[in-house]
Amino acid sequence: MRKQTGEVNFIMEGMRQRRRRWLFVTSILVIIAIGLCCAMLLLGNTIYPVNVVMRSLMGEEITGANFAINTIRLPRMITGVFAGFAFGVAGYIFQTMLRNPLANPNILGITSGSSVAAVFCIVVLHTSNTVVSIAAILGGLVTVIVMYFLSRGRSFSIGRLIIIGIGMQAMLDAVISYLILKSAQQDIAAALRWLSGSLNGSKMTEAIPLVMLVIIFTPILLVLGKQLSMLELGEQMATSLGVATDKMRVTLIISSVILIAIATATTGPIAFVSFLAGPIANRLVGVSASNILPAGLVGAILVLFADLIGQFAFEYRFPVGVITGILGAPYLIYLIIRMNRKGEL
Amino acid sequence: MSNTHVFRVDNLVSGYENKTIIHGIDLEIPRNKISVIIGANGCGKSTLLKTMAKLIKPTEGDVTLNGKAINKYPPKQLARILGLLPQSPVVPEGITVADLVGRGRFPHQSLFSGWSKKDYEAVEEAMEFMNIKEFADLDIDELSGGQRQRVWIAMALAQQTDILFLDEPTTFLDITYQVEILDLLTNLNRKFGTTIVMVLHDINLSARYADHIFAVKSGKLVAEGKPTDVLTADLVKTVFDLNCVVIPDPISDTPLIIPKGRYHVKDESATL
Repeated sequence: MRKQTGEVNFIMEGMRQRRRRWLFVTSILVIIAIGLCCAMLLLGNTIYPVNVVMRSLMGEEITGANFAINTIRLPRMITGVFAGFAFGVAGYIFQTMLRNPLANPNILGITSGSSVAAVFCIVVLHTSNTVVSIAAILGGLVTVIVMYFLSRGRSFSIGRLIIIGIGMQAMLDAVISYLILKSAQQDIAAALRWLSGSLNGSKMTEAIPLVMLVIIFTPILLVLGKQLSMLELGEQMATSLGVATDKMRVTLIISSVILIAIATATTGPIAFVSFLAGPIANRLVGVSASNILPAGLVGAILVLFADLIGQFAFEYRFPVGVITGILGAPYLIYLIIRMNRKGEL
Repeated sequence: MSNTHVFRVDNLVSGYENKTIIHGIDLEIPRNKISVIIGANGCGKSTLLKTMAKLIKPTEGDVTLNGKAINKYPPKQLARILGLLPQSPVVPEGITVADLVGRGRFPHQSLFSGWSKKDYEAVEEAMEFMNIKEFADLDIDELSGGQRQRVWIAMALAQQTDILFLDEPTTFLDITYQVEILDLLTNLNRKFGTTIVMVLHDINLSARYADHIFAVKSGKLVAEGKPTDVLTADLVKTVFDLNCVVIPDPISDTPLIIPKGRYHVKDESATL
């Protein structure tokens, strides 16, 4: 059955067009993210001209500018970009794998699990940053495992997983509040970040593990993007298409939990970023290919944008988590209403 | 065109965690033929198909393709020979028809490779075959049940396997679409020699479209062979616990099962 090339082109054209859209929108997202990064470096109590910022970053001694740019703004920007990216990627993977926008680390309490471990290390054990990071990762993984066993029942159900996750989140958040209330006066400032994420006081030394893990795991996850798209078709279809589903699911979950935990350990739980990034990316890019990269970029953009608003839009400076919380809550309500109408809840 | 794959099931015991459903089945799937597994609800026909497609791990016994256990094959290699269309596949939200059919190319693509000319051609060919080219850029949600089923089969075709399993491909479809789907699958079998195995509920359509019937009862194979040879009133009584009369199908001359209930029997003497 030979066909005219014109007909092949017809199918190819549509698919190519969607791929071009993916590339185009993703490039735009990269440009926006870079623009926001620049804004993070330029803006502050003093607005330095571009050439001063450049010279300061190149290592030139400029009194005043050095401290503001290299010590305050650069770590803040880097932490924001990488944490946002990690939140976005991990959220997208969970939502896609479980085929439900509510099923993301934020709402399932995985972020809270990481936070509990981190707060405990800071407030009670007074450990180093490295230990806090490792504890946060373990806290996230333990939360996932507990949730898996609690929601197993007779057969696995995503609905039950989500409800149990929401319950666990409430419980874990209560533990965080308790730890903070019991903490010594001088620790409260550091511990408060765990109630709503913040980029205040970001340090380069704290950003390094985050940056490293994001750089290690992003390529792995991007390569697995195709397999993730197959998992979206359901367990049986994915298996028959040649995906080793169990292995793939475990790899994806562990990688995402590591990303979400290290981001949480660095900035605290920046509300709703992992929840919003995936659906926004899908809406912008379309759903033909894997949207891991666009979701990460949207996550980074959300964090930077919200942080700039938090810093400069109001009389008081709000931590970034407050702003993302305000942005995310209406979407959560909209989603619940929509799912309820469709009978998915 | 034909394929030479030997697919065998030996002494198969299978089921779910604490419930055995298949109690020792041996069979060999006829090459380049359409086989249909029939049986009452809950007899294990779907479990048998799933175990043969590697979705359920056998408790005992072997499922082999060309003498090698199917779980010993690298997953993608197996997926290039053997495809399965499950009973209720999940539609990702907002995906277009062409993109969904395109996912059938997954086992032919390597980790890093993009789309080759061959991939596009396979997608195009599959869509042409299932008559869904006009829907290429539509959202799946916009299609009717019958059209949607054609899209799923097109996706399985894009996978280009020599053996294709289908779990109740006609359930929930109007009679018109049932016949249409079965005709298309017959086309596929005649044109490419694809070995097809499916679970069907409608025994009369099974009798008409199958080259080979596997009759399953309580997890055991009770009969197999050509429909004309095996589909007797006795077998229907054994497998479905139903009294019936078997007459030749006026269209295809294959066995036609006329069920007998308690009511609406015009002539008492016709009772078995």
